[in-house]
Amino acid sequence: MDLDPDDVFRDDEDDLENEFFQERESTKEFVVYLIDASPKMFSTTCPGEDQREETHFHIVVSCIAQSLKTQIINRSYDEVAICFFNTREKKNLQDSNGVFVYNVAEREDLDRPTARFIKEFDQMEESFQKVIGSQYGIVSGSRENSLYNALWVAQGLLRKGSAKTADKRILLFTNEDDPFGSIKGAVKSDMTRTTLQRAKDAQDLGISIELLPLSRPDEEFNISLFYADLIGVEGDDLALVLPSAGHKLEDMKDQLRKRLFTKRIVRRISFIISNGLSIELNTYALIRPTVPGTITWLDSVTNCPLKTERSLICADTGALMREPPKRFQPYKNENIKFSTQELSEIKRVSNGHLRLLGFKPLSCLKDYHNLRPSTFVFPSDKEVIGSTRIFIALLRSMLRLKRFAVAFYGNPTHPQLVALVAQDEIVTAGGQIEPPGMHMIYLPYCDDIRNVEEHHSDANAVPRATDDQVKKAIALMKRIDLKEFSVCQFANPSLQRHYAVLQALALEEDEIPEINDETAPDEEGMARPGVVNAIEEFKLSVYGDSYDEENAHAGNGKVSEASKKRKAVAENAVKESANYDWADLADNGKLKDMTVAEFKYYLTAHNLPVTGKKEALISRILTHMGK
Amino acid sequence: MQFVLTDWMPNNQIFCCSSFYMLVKCLLYLKVLYGYQEGLLLLLDVGPSMHGVLPQVEKLCSMLVQKKLIYGKNDEVGIVLFGTEDTRNELSTQLGGYENIVVLRDIKVVDGDLIENLTRIPRGTVAGDFLDAIVVGMDMLIKKYGETNKGKKRMCLITNALCPIKDSDAGTKEDQVGLIAMRMSALGMKMENIVVRGSLSGNANQRIMDENDLLLDLFSKKSSVKTIYVDSPTALLGAIKTRNISPVTIFRGDLEISPNMKIKVWVYKKTAEEKFPTLKKYSDKAPPTDKFATHEVKVDYEYKSVEDTSKVVPPEQRIKGYRYGPHVVPISSAEWEAVKFKPEKSVKLLGFTDASNILRHYYMKDVNVLIAEPGKPGAMIAVSALARAMKEMNKVAILRCVWRQGQQSVVVGVMTPNVSEKDNIPDSFFFNVLPFAEDVREFQFPSFSNFPVSWQPNEQQQEAADNLVKMLDLAPSGKGETLQPEFTPNPVLERFFHHLELKSKHPDAPVPPLDGTLKKITEPDLELLAENKSIVDAFRRQFELKENPKLKKSTRRLLREKPSGSDERNGDDNVSDALAINSIESKPVTKVEKIGDLTPIQDFEAMMSRRDSPDWVSKAIEDMKRKIFNLVENSNNGDDYSKAVELFVALRKGCILEQVSLSLSPGFPFATDNCAFVVNFSPSAKLGKLLCLDIQLSINFRKFFLVQEPKQFNEFLSRICKFCQEQNLGSFCDLLASKELSLVTKSEAIDSDVTDDEARSFFVKREPKYED
Repeated sequence: MDLDPDDVFRDDEDDLENEFFQERESTKEFVVYLIDASPKMFSTTCPGEDQREETHFHIVVSCIAQSLKTQIINRSYDEVAICFFNTREKKNLQDSNGVFVYNVAEREDLDRPTARFIKEFDQMEESFQKVIGSQYGIVSGSRENSLYNALWVAQGLLRKGSAKTADKRILLFTNEDDPFGSIKGAVKSDMTRTTLQRAKDAQDLGISIELLPLSRPDEEFNISLFYADLIGVEGDDLALVLPSAGHKLEDMKDQLRKRLFTKRIVRRISFIISNGLSIELNTYALIRPTVPGTITWLDSVTNCPLKTERSLICADTGALMREPPKRFQPYKNENIKFSTQELSEIKRVSNGHLRLLGFKPLSCLKDYHNLRPSTFVFPSDKEVIGSTRIFIALLRSMLRLKRFAVAFYGNPTHPQLVALVAQDEIVTAGGQIEPPGMHMIYLPYCDDIRNVEEHHSDANAVPRATDDQVKKAIALMKRIDLKEFSVCQFANPSLQRHYAVLQALALEEDEIPEINDETAPDEEGMARPGVVNAIEEFKLSVYGDSYDEENAHAGNGKVSEASKKRKAVAENAVKESANYDWADLADNGKLKDMTVAEFKYYLTAHNLPVTGKKEALISRILTHMGK
Repeated sequence: MQFVLTDWMPNNQIFCCSSFYMLVKCLLYLKVLYGYQEGLLLLLDVGPSMHGVLPQVEKLCSMLVQKKLIYGKNDEVGIVLFGTEDTRNELSTQLGGYENIVVLRDIKVVDGDLIENLTRIPRGTVAGDFLDAIVVGMDMLIKKYGETNKGKKRMCLITNALCPIKDSDAGTKEDQVGLIAMRMSALGMKMENIVVRGSLSGNANQRIMDENDLLLDLFSKKSSVKTIYVDSPTALLGAIKTRNISPVTIFRGDLEISPNMKIKVWVYKKTAEEKFPTLKKYSDKAPPTDKFATHEVKVDYEYKSVEDTSKVVPPEQRIKGYRYGPHVVPISSAEWEAVKFKPEKSVKLLGFTDASNILRHYYMKDVNVLIAEPGKPGAMIAVSALARAMKEMNKVAILRCVWRQGQQSVVVGVMTPNVSEKDNIPDSFFFNVLPFAEDVREFQFPSFSNFPVSWQPNEQQQEAADNLVKMLDLAPSGKGETLQPEFTPNPVLERFFHHLELKSKHPDAPVPPLDGTLKKITEPDLELLAENKSIVDAFRRQFELKENPKLKKSTRRLLREKPSGSDERNGDDNVSDALAINSIESKPVTKVEKIGDLTPIQDFEAMMSRRDSPDWVSKAIEDMKRKIFNLVENSNNGDDYSKAVELFVALRKGCILEQVSLSLSPGFPFATDNCAFVVNFSPSAKLGKLLCLDIQLSINFRKFFLVQEPKQFNEFLSRICKFCQEQNLGSFCDLLASKELSLVTKSEAIDSDVTDDEARSFFVKREPKYED
């Protein structure tokens, strides 16, 4: 029952039929985090939260720790290695100076992250100076070149696997824009040249090198001094690599975090604007619900994984059979048969592309026109030159005229009418908040929309708020205003809990850490006098004196009735249950001679479920008694 | 038109006198109690003005009945046609009047014949009176169900309401409508009016149209009657909910503004996707004579150990294992129960925020609607006040919801106002789920402003795009909006049901082509395109698209790499000669495949530094040698000598560098002539193993060593000097000597056999000969 780890990233409508539209993707990612550990990384600080200064080294390490935690949840098949350079100690297969490959027990240097790896890396910083140590690796007078060594070690780590099946990346974190600045003359040019050649060799082997520079407070990271050549950026991408002007810690963290993950194209589609004019688009799944990973069934005796075997049995004859080629739908007292080809033919109402139908003002897109998470589209000139230009022109027009495009997306398995909503780029000091492009919103059909409100209609006019009541509501709204609210600022408490439990169990810890439910309302804020007053005023204006009456009426009345009864039953059960010596009965095997009604006394008295067959009740009682 | 109220209770009399009927009544009551039966009456206008849209009406009604045959087999349907030549209805026989109305089918349980009826609706010849038809329909429903079946008696009127309503003796038309509407709500009857208008109404009498619209509007105000205007055949197909799904709440309880203020609300689904039917697997194993064969296929699961596939594990012996990285952590459900996240059922307000803070594309799922609990005026007013305040201030509310007790997760979402425009429909809220931090992948995309100018639209292009966006308009003001989701049928489901019906008659019927009306959903409207032909053409003219020629021959693998620039290099595009001379140190943007005439040195260096294949180095050297040779040979009076010397310098440097860069590689500290040696040399056995694994790399090195660049250079230098002597081009050798471009020595490159002395004396040795 193993599932492809990438499934989480795919659109759910993804299918094999469509595979040929898309670029063959690498299935795995191998990443080496190459972290500069020179004294400069420790001496440079940024003002963090609570006015505390945090070192660049700390920023990098905490970002990586964060991303490892995300990775083990989302893409645990990807492999990582963490490698420091400019270190005092050395630990690497090549035995190069100034390079330390960080690892934990039971794990290869480049491997999937494990619970222990994450946990120990979290605490690594405290013992860093003692165990690994920080030391400049490039000093004048010696021909040592720690950056060169680091690249060589990283390349060595990434030898695993073929470049065809895995994306290989080196992410280089540093705040030194001129690594050979302290060296002069021929040695410098020599070192520069050999280092660049080493980087180029790595790139020629299909390894991409990405730079994540950290700017010092007093001066910008000057990428053109050395690193532009090393990472081989072209003009267009340079802007993305360059750190922005912000030096705030949070911004820097944001920037780093965002760049740790590569984009994955879900599909390459063509967007037909009119007959004979179609442009090339890539689709990306930027927003998809993250769910707890799939379950692997184990044998509870041996803890060995199980595989599920499915067999098909003819209900009429009991014969084992293969996957039948036909399906049927009962209709008019008959079974109407369809072949699988026919079914896919029915679904093929369009040619698989995105087809423009026209434009509408944004006000036509209602809040309830939604079914699934949207898909992001971004143009590409890779196959059709000129696509991007047309896309940009349309996007700008749509933004200016406040219109969205209606198109038909002829996905073979799930063809759908979609709205393309233009999104302008939004950039803050922390980097790109919203990328420029269009979001494809899947529109419902008429049968997908329910007119619930009409079921609540009345022959007469229904009560409406008066202007005064609306005014009170406005006053209330102003009091409870989330000014800084941004979508997805909350972590999913259920997932957090899930993985906290898993991590604790995986590491065989006794205690399961408490997680903080960020989604809980701000009780303190709500208790502020201003807020309480505004709420009270609104309440009074809407309900008058009838609030308690209206809210108590149905709810409390009913509940108290039922709960009274339940309470009485429970009390009785406790009384009755006390009449038996359960431990004795259990020890002498007399339980099976008793009645279900008697068991229920025990179960109710101990707040256990009372459902099930007699055997189930007995075993429940025994379990509860610890026998 | 006559209007008689007294005649409407015939069933009751029968009910009193017969115990058999009492039984029937009881059964009927039970059916109502369980709520699986709907009584639907289709009132179809078949008058001449309707003929144009009757094919769509047939399709719409067939679809409705087909779905009932699958999802609501006990539902009952009747058909009344009006605008017919004939008259055939009970009211008319009992009371007279009610002419041109034919009951095509009495209200009875749906069956295949009904579809037959609906696929061939007889065309009428006279203008129909929809009010008469409504009265006939009401009469039929009352006779059939009486007071029972409240809320499940439905009429569906499809007309264009273009024909005048007859005057009657019993008060004005408005009064009649009022009476009927009152009676309808008293009996719990519902009605949908589908009015076909717009381009479909042709040249109609405006006065009559307005009067009829007024009457229909009166209906909507007085009772649970809904009037829908459609203006295209496509929208007509989507005008009725063909599948009747009674709304079920997913939550009933408090919307907590604060611990002190709670509003009683009910939550429903506003949108839910109607999925393609899941068809059962068909088994053909049963003998054809077996009439009672179900042809179903049962699916059986067995759990086997991965290691020992002969061992079957009973389902109750299984335990769930959860993945955490490479670990699988076994957790029993009891254990899990004890530690899992258990939020309390609640819907709590977190606060309000500006609507602009929530971008539309963050909506995650299907949509819910929050509505005040019926019978709670306070809650209704509170919802109304908040909704109106939010709308006025352009605010939205953020909620945290746990719909059910025992649900293991919470949702955070945005609540937006849904202010009702009708007096009899309460205000409510829509609720959309928003993503959590874990759900968003913050990929970075390049800014459009960073793209090259050739990718940016110019002014004319932008104008053409503006025009297209403006004019290819699906919601022109004054006319109705086309492709409104509310009225757009699902083409796939339409096609499936159509095919299903065809197959029920001919089991081998092929998949029908997509209906022309449905093509309007999947393809652009040709009329709209024709209207805006000049704008579309202008747009097309402004932009040029061309296939990327380089992609054709490349493999998929190449797609991942940067596009090869070699074509342009050899073409007319002049690559600036001002490129950094030392281009080995700067990253070559393109992959050079041969040495061109414009920038031979850069080309050479780029090729020398390529590592994707070992062949590039030897090719670079060969090319360079040829180039130098040509220059020297074809030079007119030595004017190209300086250039040749430059190339010579580069070649020499390249040959030495190649050697040096290999020697410098860690792990190959003193690389010499083959890889076996390297392995032996490795400091530990482990490292040796690692290097052995890296066969590809080793092979590369081997090839480099075999080529032995310094030797090649030395040989070439000797050859060219010899050539110069033979051809009497000695001045070139002088030039080389003056630049000290002698043999590559062992001190420069370990691979060379030439000593420093030999190199120094290279040109000296030649000189005497030259003097000869």
